[in-house]
Amino acid sequence: MTTQPSMIQANDVTHYYGPYPAIQDVSFDVRKGEVLGFLGPNGAGKTTTMRILTGFLPPSRGSVSLDGFDVVEKSLEVRKRVGYLPETVPLYTDMTVTNYLKYMGTLRGMPASRIRSRLGEVIDVCRLGDYRKTQIGKLSKGFRQRVGIAQAIIHEPEVLVLDEPTIGIDPIQVVETRNLIQELGRAQTVVLSSHILPEVSMICERVLIIHEGRIVAEDTPQNLAESLQGVERLEVEVAGPSADVLPALQKIDGVNSVSHRNNQGRHTYIVQARPGRDLRDEISRAVISNGWSLRGMQMVGMSLEEIFLRLTTQEDL
Amino acid sequence: MRTVRAVAWKEIQIFFLSPTAYIVGLIFLALAGFFFSRDLGDPFPEATLSPFFQGAVVIFILLAPALTMRLIAEESKLGTIELLLTSPVRDWEVILGKYIASLVFFLALVAMSGFYVILLFVYASPDPGPIYAGYLGLVLYGAAALAVGLLTSTLTNNQIVAAVVAMGILLALFFADLAFGAVGGFPGEIIGELGMKTHFDDFDRGIIDTKHVVYYLSVIAFFLFLSVRALEARRWR
Repeated sequence: MTTQPSMIQANDVTHYYGPYPAIQDVSFDVRKGEVLGFLGPNGAGKTTTMRILTGFLPPSRGSVSLDGFDVVEKSLEVRKRVGYLPETVPLYTDMTVTNYLKYMGTLRGMPASRIRSRLGEVIDVCRLGDYRKTQIGKLSKGFRQRVGIAQAIIHEPEVLVLDEPTIGIDPIQVVETRNLIQELGRAQTVVLSSHILPEVSMICERVLIIHEGRIVAEDTPQNLAESLQGVERLEVEVAGPSADVLPALQKIDGVNSVSHRNNQGRHTYIVQARPGRDLRDEISRAVISNGWSLRGMQMVGMSLEEIFLRLTTQEDL
Repeated sequence: MRTVRAVAWKEIQIFFLSPTAYIVGLIFLALAGFFFSRDLGDPFPEATLSPFFQGAVVIFILLAPALTMRLIAEESKLGTIELLLTSPVRDWEVILGKYIASLVFFLALVAMSGFYVILLFVYASPDPGPIYAGYLGLVLYGAAALAVGLLTSTLTNNQIVAAVVAMGILLALFFADLAFGAVGGFPGEIIGELGMKTHFDDFDRGIIDTKHVVYYLSVIAFFLFLSVRALEARRWR
């Protein structure tokens, strides 16, 4: 994967809406064939980033190039290579699915013969077969989403930019859409944004966490979870009076914090150690020497969700 | 050029399918018919289209913006402009395609008034010169009005605002020759020359003066140029 050449390069991209920066000094690199996810809460700057990638908005500062073409200077070349699904899935509601896809194909400069052959493929891939002649306005949200994806892939773009591709559709369609994106990701470079964590960790090879217009973390979903586990977390189950156990655990050198949970008579303690400390031995010794019994101990990883919250709420631990 | 045709064709289909366009057409033909037939009841009626032409230029002040208000403003409102502008289509191709579409519908509308010409030729022997010239003038006038409407539609995502502002500009251009007397002197003369109505009257008399043709073509080019610029500027807002 690392041998693949870079497809998108963003250098210190900043965009202002009036005096307010929507994104600041955002830099990233997307390799050919990679599936990259932008993760962030609403208003973090995901849509702005997508719009800059697709040439809809010019960056106020910094530069973005796609396949070597600058998005501002060589906008037309960039736009030829990009398929884009905006968040709101804007479609011409009074056109039929087929006519709409033909129209979008023509706008993307496809010759009529190629549109004809691609139309069938795209309709199959997006499973729109029964709705060829249906007016888009009469389709449900999930089907409109499919039409949106269909128009984004009809010209076989090298890069697919999907802004919140699963927002507002029902759970079954969400699963279908994710599968579809994963399938597309095998052949194409995909950049997608989402505020749904499992989605990003499921589909994407690499995640950029964006918060208040800045990239706060960047890695594979697995590495991201691991690298943040420098904060060791142990779940310890102890049989003993919690009023005594809690202070005993807190006294251990290297412990940052301890929280207690009473789950129907099972007392578990979440011990947060200082970064880089493995306290398993000390904890078991402390428990035993006090005459309590140690019923269990395990390392608790952080879910992507927790990492996300940690990074974006900027809580220092 | 294929993209211009694609944009134009899509818009033409919408024009011929949308109720708005037919309401505009109905109002135009009803009013134009009234202007055409108004003087026919005179004891010595003249076989001329002049009343129709004079009425039509006023009607277009109101109707041209109603035809064009949708063109870009609706795309901005619905967000479809985002996909349009991220397709490999140049801004001028979008503007030209949309303009051609409105022009085609407008020409179809004007062609309907050919019925009056047939009536005149069947029941009288009108002087064909002023009719040809008048139609040429009318088409140029209408084409200029559509260009104004397209610009205001590009500037806002509110169709009503687009229509009202276009009507304002067209009214100002229509009455510009009145400023000739009010302002006076050289400035007054310049303002007077900008008037869309001033340049129309010679056509109505059967005179095709290059000066007037150039005037209308310049107005069209100027407003289309501004529209392209306005579309471009959207990206920088």
